[in-house]
Amino acid sequence: MILKKIWNFYYEGFRDMSTRGKKLWLIILIKLFVMFAILKLFFFPDILKENFHTDKERIQYIEKQLIITNDKK
Amino acid sequence: MEHIDWSLVNWSRAQFALTALYHWIFVPLTLGLSFMLAIMETIYYKTGDDKWLKIEKFWLKLFGINFAIGVATGIILEFEFGTNWSNYSWFVGDIFGAPLAIEGIMAFFMESVFIAIMFFGWNKVSKKAHLISTWLVAIGSNLSALWILVANGWMQNPIGMKFNPDTMRNEMVDFWQVLFNPVAVNKFIHTITSAYTFSALFVIAVSAWLIIKGKDKVYAKYSMLLASVFGFLAILATIITGDGSAKQVARYQPMKLAAMEGLYKGTRGAPLIAIGKPSHKKDKDFINAIGDDLAGRNQTDVEIEGLEIPYGLSILAFNDPNAFVPGIKDLVEGNPKEGIPSYKERIASGKIAIEALAAYKKAKKAGNEEEAAKKLKIMEEHFKDFGYGYFYGQDINELIPPVTITFLSFHTMVILGTWFLVFFWLVYRSIMKNNIEKKKWLLILGVLGLPFGFMAQELGWITAEAGRMPWVIQDLMPTMVAVSHIETTGVMITFALFFIVFTALLIAEIKIMTTTIKNGFSN
Repeated sequence: MILKKIWNFYYEGFRDMSTRGKKLWLIILIKLFVMFAILKLFFFPDILKENFHTDKERIQYIEKQLIITNDKK
Repeated sequence: MEHIDWSLVNWSRAQFALTALYHWIFVPLTLGLSFMLAIMETIYYKTGDDKWLKIEKFWLKLFGINFAIGVATGIILEFEFGTNWSNYSWFVGDIFGAPLAIEGIMAFFMESVFIAIMFFGWNKVSKKAHLISTWLVAIGSNLSALWILVANGWMQNPIGMKFNPDTMRNEMVDFWQVLFNPVAVNKFIHTITSAYTFSALFVIAVSAWLIIKGKDKVYAKYSMLLASVFGFLAILATIITGDGSAKQVARYQPMKLAAMEGLYKGTRGAPLIAIGKPSHKKDKDFINAIGDDLAGRNQTDVEIEGLEIPYGLSILAFNDPNAFVPGIKDLVEGNPKEGIPSYKERIASGKIAIEALAAYKKAKKAGNEEEAAKKLKIMEEHFKDFGYGYFYGQDINELIPPVTITFLSFHTMVILGTWFLVFFWLVYRSIMKNNIEKKKWLLILGVLGLPFGFMAQELGWITAEAGRMPWVIQDLMPTMVAVSHIETTGVMITFALFFIVFTALLIAEIKIMTTTIKNGFSN
């Protein structure tokens, strides 16, 4: 079965990996964890997605940023 | 725009620059080394010579280390778009999103399938299938770069779109125009060939070090031979596309060219500075004309003193020794004789565009379609100057990029690029004459080629990006408008966090790589 072949390919590849390879995978996993579970979650919210529920609200906000602030001068 | 928090703008810029520059430590090696690996494996496939298999496997290990440490570092830039540059992210709409999405899917597909075959498939797939996978990794990673550079090229020369005032977004009207934007095409070739150059320098540096240490000399010399040919062709292409870039900058971003050359006053038959340094000279008339603010700044009062190549800049920019190349002063003050509008005029035009947009919105809300159509027409007529409108009442000096940084980055990059051409030739000749082991000076220069190559890579980006300041999107959106209104302290904290995370990754890469290199080809 093709799916089993693919699974075995990856499984055996990881199993037979050198210590250096395993160390690199550990670095990749730690890095991805820091990026997605810490940085993205706590420090990098998508401002427009989080603060507004609809595109209409977002458009109004951007209008305010691009037009109204310019009117103040 | 009376309350611009410049501290926020500058910290956001610094953070983006930091992450982009760190990301670019890893990318060039992936782009170039992947092709060199494909060539090495092709030689092995064609000749069946085990020497090339050994060579391939050694460089594959180093490729793997770089790839593992560098993978996903670019995602942080996308985080920053959503948090620090939300106004920009909305304004660019799908023009930026579409290429990045294609890049993401392509990278994921390539990385999970073909790289796995490259590393795990040696005795599991046929030689031919392995070779095809290696080529596909090379082609795929380079295509990945294409989409990023298409997005970047659009920011430098925004075409193929139309601004929709109802959604406040730019919408793509011609995908092919965006894809084949001349700036994007040239930028892509210039960037990847410079990455190939860097990879060749990397291979030569490691090989030179091994020869100095008396380890695996034969394998090191074959690697050097391949790298010197690959590097020579790559730097030649980089220089040719660099010339193309200069012509495009002259056409689409004349202020950047003026900053790159430190050209204060434009002239016909403009000379090119071969080697020079910035000095501080002030033109009192100019300062008086645009206001006292300028007197205290360190940008426009810079002039360059150095060795000049007569007519060089006019030829470089327009292929015509008598062509007029505008200087900073011409662009700011305008030059009616040469048909160059002043920044004052462009600011007025941009202000009309912004006011017309506001009036359009108002008329739309009131249900006055006729008035809305009238205002929309005005806005569209002045849209090419849209971004200048935000500088109304601002210090005009903010429209000028940092001249000293741009000049020094550009010229150092050019000097290094020229040296690389000579260097690859010297290495090639020495290998062919079989006397490289005796030329210790060349081997030492080979090792030094790695930091020089890295420097040239980063300086290229600094020239391209610092030189286009203050624009995030050329002439349409400046950094001060693109930035999100968030707490500066938050940006400072994440700046520090990135610095720590990336430095740790870099140390890890250097440490693991050094150990692997020390083991040499035989291990």
